[in-house]
Amino acid sequence: MTNPPIDLPAHTGSRTTRLLGVAVLVGVVTMILLGFFVAPEDDLMADSVRMIFVHVPSAILTYVAFSVTAIGSVMWLWKRSVWWDIVAHSSAEIGVIFCGLTLITGSIWGRPTWNTYWEWGDVRLVTTLILFVLMVGYLAVRSMDGDESAVATRASVVGIIAAVNIPIINRSVEWWADRTLHQQSSITDGKLEDWTLFTMFLGIVVSGVFYTWAMTHRFRIAWLERELRDGDLGEAIAARRAEAAASGGVS
Amino acid sequence: MLRDVWLIATKDLQIEWRSRVTFSQVGPFAGLVLVLFGFALDANRPVLLQATSGLFWVTVMFVSTLAVQRSTSIETTDGARRALLLAGIEPAAVFVGKSIAVAVQLLVVEIVLLAGVVVLYSAHVEAWGLVFATCLVATVGIAAAGTLLGALVAGVRARETVLPILLLPVLAPVLIGATRAFDDALGSVAVDGWSWLGLLAGFGVINVVLGALSYGVLLEET
Repeated sequence: MTNPPIDLPAHTGSRTTRLLGVAVLVGVVTMILLGFFVAPEDDLMADSVRMIFVHVPSAILTYVAFSVTAIGSVMWLWKRSVWWDIVAHSSAEIGVIFCGLTLITGSIWGRPTWNTYWEWGDVRLVTTLILFVLMVGYLAVRSMDGDESAVATRASVVGIIAAVNIPIINRSVEWWADRTLHQQSSITDGKLEDWTLFTMFLGIVVSGVFYTWAMTHRFRIAWLERELRDGDLGEAIAARRAEAAASGGVS
Repeated sequence: MLRDVWLIATKDLQIEWRSRVTFSQVGPFAGLVLVLFGFALDANRPVLLQATSGLFWVTVMFVSTLAVQRSTSIETTDGARRALLLAGIEPAAVFVGKSIAVAVQLLVVEIVLLAGVVVLYSAHVEAWGLVFATCLVATVGIAAAGTLLGALVAGVRARETVLPILLLPVLAPVLIGATRAFDDALGSVAVDGWSWLGLLAGFGVINVVLGALSYGVLLEET
């Protein structure tokens, strides 16, 4: 059977992703204005407090993204769902970016606050680093040779191993360090100013919207790649066109 | 099931006994690493003594990647994996059997390493019971996690490089827990070493269960 002539979509956008993209842009501009000009300096941390506008949302989204990867991994092994497999892969890629951002912003914040870029006594920092390395390993498995199903199975087991071992890694580092330098929750300790708290929460929302936007695009790219490999691109484009027509947008 | 576990474990150990890879390659490698640490730390005896526990377990981590790779390659050559599947043995039994074989080899290397740190680093063991208990419990976890990840990368071209990337971060709790327990046993730091055994046991149980559940999928599909 021959496929219909291939008419590749110019992009993976739709009306929804455009709305999400615009929301992210507006959110980032608002965050810059609030973060630099409205939120006040902190009594203890001075200007470095502004780092939490990026650091805390990145950390939260890191754990959200890797949790989605773990769920997707279980669903692949359980239901053999290609949809969940692509979700797991896409979420891991975005999660690694958030995780890297968490580590970098944490280090930059640590320099003026703890007088060091890296503090081994900090449980969350060390656990997050191990999580980062584990997920880089997950992506390495994703790039290994082999048929799609075998790669998905391997990656799913790695995703589950990472998810199951993270609590025990966290516990071991906690006992090992005996103490933690890390800020106890910045959100609940009541020491942050109102505008600082608001900007940080806005950061969490903007990061969440960005995650959704990036996930949608990454998912569609991965889905199209798979369809292309399977020789069913014609069907995928028809489905995308129908989806765009239904939402009134142009694909 | 127990018979199958025994069969697989003895099969791997017999292959090892005949090929002498652990004896002739992995053991000397472990000793060499101890010597290299001595050079790296400038043969500074107080520093070496203080770092003995950590150096011992880092060496075990390196050795474990070699032992797991060896255990994996036994099944990948000559289509032995397919034969194993056709033999109708429960995958969980294969997993436990192979883990036991890796654990036994690691324990032998650990005994050699113990002699090494006593001789080369002048380590003084204050609590032999804690040392042996730590070796035993930590090795179960290392062997289980290693066997599972070994099966995961079996049959892939880049397995030699991917395995350490996957295995070493997963083994972080073992490195931390076993090092602290050894610190107590060697009297280098005042900590309660026995309390760390709980964490090592928890790690071992989690990874044995995980391996027994997922080994079949990996064996059949990859």
